[in-house]
Amino acid sequence: MAQIIIKNLRKDFGAFTAVQSSSFTIEDGEFFMLLGPSGCGKTTTLRMIAGLELPSSGEIYIDGQEVSQKPARQRDIAFVFQMFALYPHMNVRKNISYPLVSQGMARAKVRAKVAEVAEILGITSILEKPVGGLSGGDRQRVALGRAIVRDPACFLMDEPLGALDAEFREHMALELRALHDRMGATTVYVTHDQLEAMQMGDKIVVMNHGVVEQFGRPQDIYDWPATSFVARFIGSPAMNLLEFQGIIEPGNSFVALSDTQIEIPEVVQGGRGGLSLGVRPEHVHLDDGAPYRGRITASEYLGTTQIITLDCAHGAIKARISADTAVQIGQTTGMRFDARSITLFNRDGQALMSKANQKVLSHG
Amino acid sequence: MADVILSGVSKSFGAIRALSDLSITVPDGSFVVLLGPTGAGKTTTLRMVAGLDSPDHGSVMIGGVSMEGFTPAQRNVAMVFQQYSLYPHMTVRENMEFPLKSPLLRTPPDQVARKVAEVAEILQISHKLDNRATALSGGEMQRVSIGRALVRNPAVYLMDEPLSSLDAKLRADLRVELKNIQANLGATFLYVTHDQIEAMTMATHVGVLNQGRLVQFGTPREIYENPVSIYSAGRLGQPHINILPADLFGPAPKGATTIGLRPEQIMQGQGQDSVVKRIEYLGDQTRLHLIFKGHELVTLTETHTTLKTGDIVQITTHRPFYFDANGVRISPSSVTQNNIA
Repeated sequence: MAQIIIKNLRKDFGAFTAVQSSSFTIEDGEFFMLLGPSGCGKTTTLRMIAGLELPSSGEIYIDGQEVSQKPARQRDIAFVFQMFALYPHMNVRKNISYPLVSQGMARAKVRAKVAEVAEILGITSILEKPVGGLSGGDRQRVALGRAIVRDPACFLMDEPLGALDAEFREHMALELRALHDRMGATTVYVTHDQLEAMQMGDKIVVMNHGVVEQFGRPQDIYDWPATSFVARFIGSPAMNLLEFQGIIEPGNSFVALSDTQIEIPEVVQGGRGGLSLGVRPEHVHLDDGAPYRGRITASEYLGTTQIITLDCAHGAIKARISADTAVQIGQTTGMRFDARSITLFNRDGQALMSKANQKVLSHG
Repeated sequence: MADVILSGVSKSFGAIRALSDLSITVPDGSFVVLLGPTGAGKTTTLRMVAGLDSPDHGSVMIGGVSMEGFTPAQRNVAMVFQQYSLYPHMTVRENMEFPLKSPLLRTPPDQVARKVAEVAEILQISHKLDNRATALSGGEMQRVSIGRALVRNPAVYLMDEPLSSLDAKLRADLRVELKNIQANLGATFLYVTHDQIEAMTMATHVGVLNQGRLVQFGTPREIYENPVSIYSAGRLGQPHINILPADLFGPAPKGATTIGLRPEQIMQGQGQDSVVKRIEYLGDQTRLHLIFKGHELVTLTETHTTLKTGDIVQITTHRPFYFDANGVRISPSSVTQNNIA
């Protein structure tokens, strides 16, 4: 059980800054995601929490204790890597027992502890098997078992599901989350997969180029991105960003796209020059009576829904609509945007504060 | 461009039977995606067509010609592998030009330049053309190897998970691009993946493989809306189709052991009580994990639902699928069969 506080954390490798100045708090018992593209600094952040890298500056508190300059073995954590490394010459039981045996725990106690962990993971029946013949899922469970058995204050996981195929990854994601719910240990989890982050996380930190772009609950980040990077990175397909020139004053609740007035949530922070209007694909509705128009160029069937691509005055727009709606490629149609869901971004990619997003952005 | 016909193809590697009497027709100008988990026979099928392996039994025809005894080079196919393989001592441009400069083709230089530029543009690597192939990221290398296939004009394109090593954004872009390229060229694509989004969005036809056999062949919509078995039904759809005891919601047709329910087949707000176990917010959709008579099932709900763990939701079924003890679909008489033998 642990609360982890990260304060102004920075890591330089020579002239390269991997992490610039990260600050966020991981509450006790949370399943916490570090999300971003490769090279964003998420793994470096995790390794600093683990004590595998020492920060250039900044602080890390685990349960109130400042640990940033302490080596890994003095922190009460367990690390699960992407490539689950098992001892190939040992059976499942010995692999899981290993951390306890090397701590010098009494044999009877080790047996009891391993039995308990095997039960949680549903691998009691394979305890005496060699690890060589195990399926990918069972290998992953054994690797988890070896981490869990020590009862650490927190788990750190670096893309533990990254090597698995899609179908199986989905299954293991649910299993991991259910395991967390049973054990309640603080878990910090690195991934580049936004869906995995949304699906499993209580909170998400989105990183890019060593900078924390946003920190908060998954649905808040999805609905109210703080930057255009987050808008594009979270969601599949990404949020549509329509670039336009304009002046927005506090109190405005319309913007002009070409000659069309588009309703937006009332802004409390103005902006001018190169702006963009962000709208999620599921908030774009085809409506032949609407004045903002585009030509349908593609339709992608997804079972429940379909993704329509439209060519518009401000670039390509994607709309997620019901799979039952028949559409004609090449046809021109009108579009309506859900006014309440729109976010505006300034030239630097920062979201303009509005009546709709201010609650999320002011504490993020 | 040409069609590809595999008839009664079997292939074993030692004791492992990779393909069992597999027959499949890839129509001229179609985009056929082979779908199935690891070990279903997808890659082996592709290698049979490419000529990298030969069948123990059965035949492979491309454009009406039997490929028996033809080397991969003689088959006029272009293949893209999951793991890119580039010439490390060449630039990106030279790698992409290479197939066109083959003595068999003798393409005029201006045509080579134009074709390479065009393909590089589509794959978003124009600015990298003069870089060494080894100075690229993994994603860029994979785009170059796709590019090397696209500059040619083969009878058929064979692709083995070409997008699986790319990041999500690029994968989404290239899905649309590959589909457009195929449609505009009228090219024949045989494409292997275990990513159902790729299958649904790009395929004109999906071939579902199970243990070396073709178990269903049809448009993505046919397979999603009219699966022939639990196995087929499970290949498409997120969240995964719910498979539950047949009589859980009431009387089931004769012979049915299980009922199959996609989110569209579960109506909320009427019927019998279920309990909310967990709510999963995924942004564009929110998944509802329910407990119904001791069974867990997953469906979709309003994105910003106010439901919470422990709440009661009434549910009933809407035109469900039923399956027999072998997992084979029991078709309602009103639904036309589109399964294959």
